Amino acid sequence: MAEKVSVAEVAEKMYKMVKEAQGMRKLKAMDLTKNIMEIYGDRVDKQTCKDAIREIIETEKCVYTYFGGSYIELPHKEGAANP
Amino acid sequence: MADELPKTPMLDELEKGPWPSFVSEIKMAAKRSPASKDLLGILERSYQEKIGHWKHGGIVGVLGYGGGVIGRYCDVPQDFPNVAHFHTIRVNQPAGWYYKTDALRKICDIWEKRGSGMTNMHGSTGDIILLGTSTDQLEPIFEELTAIGFDLGGSGSDVRTPSCCLGKSRCEWACYDTMAACHDFTKNYQDELHRPAFPYKFKFKFSGCPNDCVASVARADMSIIGTWRDNIRIDQKAVGDYASAGVDVTKEIVNLCPAKCMDWDGKMLKIDNSTCRRCMHCINVMPKALRPGKDTGACILIGSKAPIVEGALLSSVIVPFIKMEPPYQEIRDLVERIWDLWCDEGKNRERIGEFIQRVGLGNFLEMIEVEPAAQMVAHPRENPYVFYEEYFEEGEEEAEN
Ligand code: SF4
Ligand code: SF4
Repeated sequence: MAEKVSVAEVAEKMYKMVKEAQGMRKLKAMDLTKNIMEIYGDRVDKQTCKDAIREIIETEKCVYTYFGGSYIELPHKEGAANP
Repeated sequence: MADELPKTPMLDELEKGPWPSFVSEIKMAAKRSPASKDLLGILERSYQEKIGHWKHGGIVGVLGYGGGVIGRYCDVPQDFPNVAHFHTIRVNQPAGWYYKTDALRKICDIWEKRGSGMTNMHGSTGDIILLGTSTDQLEPIFEELTAIGFDLGGSGSDVRTPSCCLGKSRCEWACYDTMAACHDFTKNYQDELHRPAFPYKFKFKFSGCPNDCVASVARADMSIIGTWRDNIRIDQKAVGDYASAGVDVTKEIVNLCPAKCMDWDGKMLKIDNSTCRRCMHCINVMPKALRPGKDTGACILIGSKAPIVEGALLSSVIVPFIKMEPPYQEIRDLVERIWDLWCDEGKNRERIGEFIQRVGLGNFLEMIEVEPAAQMVAHPRENPYVFYEEYFEEGEEEAEN
């Protein structure tokens, strides 16, 4: 069986996806998971994706945002925020 | 500090009459809290102008969590600087909403120090709602709440804070231990509660009997409602006592039984338990004479919601009866199958009930590997989604195509 991808590698890949989508499309956790599973196939499972999301959030590379639903984005100052 | 309250002629109207008024509550808080004072001002202005002045959502939260804080900013911070930020915090309530006064005091102390001092006990989600704070206070509030044993609840596209009726702690009708189940699910789904990973929100609500005191049938994506599968326990003497005391058993009970499965001849009450719908009506009217059976468990329903993106839905039965015993493995397995399917196939902001409407309940049951059962059908010929394959003739489909 093919070698499993590490959480760190998946986290890095997810971070790149979020970065590339920033300002154009908002990604949800499930979008990231689906994209990763499409790329890595059976080399990755849902738990690895969950752990990777946790990593990009807890290392503050990304943040959760809410606009009607929950999304994952790069930290930024949003228009609505008051100083 | 904030002695002079703003003039609020329109809000003052809402203090008239005998009922409690949220305006009076805000005014009371405004004597001590500048944020509450500005809240009065901005609310009065909204009423005068007929325009809302809140902006909702965005990036606010505590490190690592995607739920529990609902961001709110006002769009006139120059006029109301103390509510420039007015974020709401949801705190996971204890099962059954039981507190010691000491715990409540500690929450209030934190909130008076770091927020507006105003709370909503409890919000429609079930959580303790702390109303109004600023972004810089979020991490300290979280730290202080966790130090006294509280955690944030859910918000956004995650598992929302599970809630339950007080069940066996005080209610003789509880068919299972709702508080234990609610606590167990809350602990077990911590990851899903704090890290939004779904198309939209998902709520569990636990009621101990079909009276459904937490209204789970109308508000929970998964409603877990206590029921029984043996016979209603009847104390014939007590039925007679009700009749002697003036209860018209035929009119008030037998004729109102939705299953028409009761009979009263003036001496003996009979129930055909095979067609009883476990609606609780008769038990509610004669609580001293009738009780739920002894073989108790729960019925699981799915898909209700209040109107947001689409209209309101009530839950549909997916498991007519299940024993409610820790570790609730069968239910957890079912939940996992439902979530896997919904995450793979669900659209953004589509609740599970809407997803089921889109794919059809028959297909949904097949996809989550649940066999259709008669209890899923409200009335004969009204739910055309169940097809019993054994009734299809071989070759029938080809012939039709
Ligand atoms: S739902 Fe039933 S068991 Fe729970 S508190 Fe209400 S009446 Fe009692
Ligand atoms: S529980 Fe409801 S359906 Fe059953 S016998 Fe009583 S009234 Fe009839």
